[in-house]
Amino acid sequence: MTRIRWTAAAALLLLAILGGTGCATLEEAAKVGTSVAKSQGRVTDDQAKSITKVTKAVAKSFEDITPEQEYYIGRSVGAVLVNKYKPYPNGPANDYLNLLGQTLAQASDRPETFGGYHFLILDSPEINAFAAPGGLIFVSRGMLRCCRSEDAVAAVLAHEIAHIQLRHGLQAIDKSRVTEALTILGAEGTKSYGGQKLADLTKVFEGSISDVTSTLVNNGYSRGFEREADAGAVTILARVGYDPDGLVAMLTVMEKNLKPGGLDFAKTHPSPGSRIDDIQRRRAGGKALAEVPARQARFRKGLGNI
Amino acid sequence: MRRSPAVLLVCLALLGFSAAIEGGGKEMSVQVKQGQVRATPSFLGKVVATLAYGDRVETLEEKDGWIRIVPPGGKAPGWMHSSALSQKRIVLKAGTKEAELAASSGELALAGKGFNADVEAAFKASNKGIDFTWIDRMQNMNVPPDKILAFVQEGKLIPAGGGGR
Repeated sequence: MTRIRWTAAAALLLLAILGGTGCATLEEAAKVGTSVAKSQGRVTDDQAKSITKVTKAVAKSFEDITPEQEYYIGRSVGAVLVNKYKPYPNGPANDYLNLLGQTLAQASDRPETFGGYHFLILDSPEINAFAAPGGLIFVSRGMLRCCRSEDAVAAVLAHEIAHIQLRHGLQAIDKSRVTEALTILGAEGTKSYGGQKLADLTKVFEGSISDVTSTLVNNGYSRGFEREADAGAVTILARVGYDPDGLVAMLTVMEKNLKPGGLDFAKTHPSPGSRIDDIQRRRAGGKALAEVPARQARFRKGLGNI
Repeated sequence: MRRSPAVLLVCLALLGFSAAIEGGGKEMSVQVKQGQVRATPSFLGKVVATLAYGDRVETLEEKDGWIRIVPPGGKAPGWMHSSALSQKRIVLKAGTKEAELAASSGELALAGKGFNADVEAAFKASNKGIDFTWIDRMQNMNVPPDKILAFVQEGKLIPAGGGGR
């Protein structure tokens, strides 16, 4: 085969990938195809590298963000949120939330993340709850005031755990940033980056943090993602033995507490009423929330004065 | 332009090849900061070993989302939840031959590549108003297993083997 034909073949393969059929197999194929061409001296080393690089970048998406990188994204997203809303530094209340939250997280489909699940109350009257990628979960005092039982708090936390399990936060990152990061990193990464490379990568990082936080705080997820998180929450609640109607109970109070046009859940989430409809449509009937005295006692002790 | 039959053949061969890889998977990597190995397939099981990020383990059997593994260094086998393990080989050192492979193959991941502690430090330097104190504090809010068990029993909840699937 002539050199021209090999180059044409590689180009064709790239076109096929750019056309939307990008997958690991095609990426591999391009790589092998390229290396064969290289070994036969038909493309230069540099050409081979650039073919591999472009193919790779196209095939990348949020799924390629490693748990370790998800952890670092989550830490900075969390830091932005804590600085915007301020923490509620009440030891017993936060201890109770972590005890409940970590119990629920262990029953999720993704009980282990790089840095684990951790929970913090935000000192805000707004009705809000946020899940930063990797397992950092924040719940406002306003949200906790919508909860009249441990089962209801469990429902709020289970919904946020489901967002993390489904990696919804990472999907808020503009795809072009993932591609950009890979272009900066090139074919091989080093453990510590020098000068320009670090500056460029930090820029992409800042952009990613802003994508996630603006989705959490301003734009909200799609209705589909919220429905998925509600469904995930119902599963977790059932596994741990909480009444999945705790979610409905919480949403009912929330509907009363939400101020129309508010900057909190009123803005970023489907209306509580429509969420209740969705949840009940999936569940066969529903019984009244049975109160377990021990749960109610520790709920009052932990969050009674929230 | 004519489609090269050689490239198409390579594509087809690789489709079969990648399907074969998925069937195996005898070795896995720890993909969390601290990988806890337990005596029984449950979060309530006693922790018998703690593995580091990137450690390679040999898998023995799978049960309800838990995988029985042999830790590196021939230690006694134990159980890890599947969400703590990755099919990918996690390469810790950059600049090695393995690392080069890691960068170009979906089967491998390079630890510390991309968004890492250095990037976070640079982010902090250019966003001085953003305080990480509470994030560090949060990361230390851990609940020991016996407390969770007591919480579950007191609240008449279901002692979770832990994790679904």
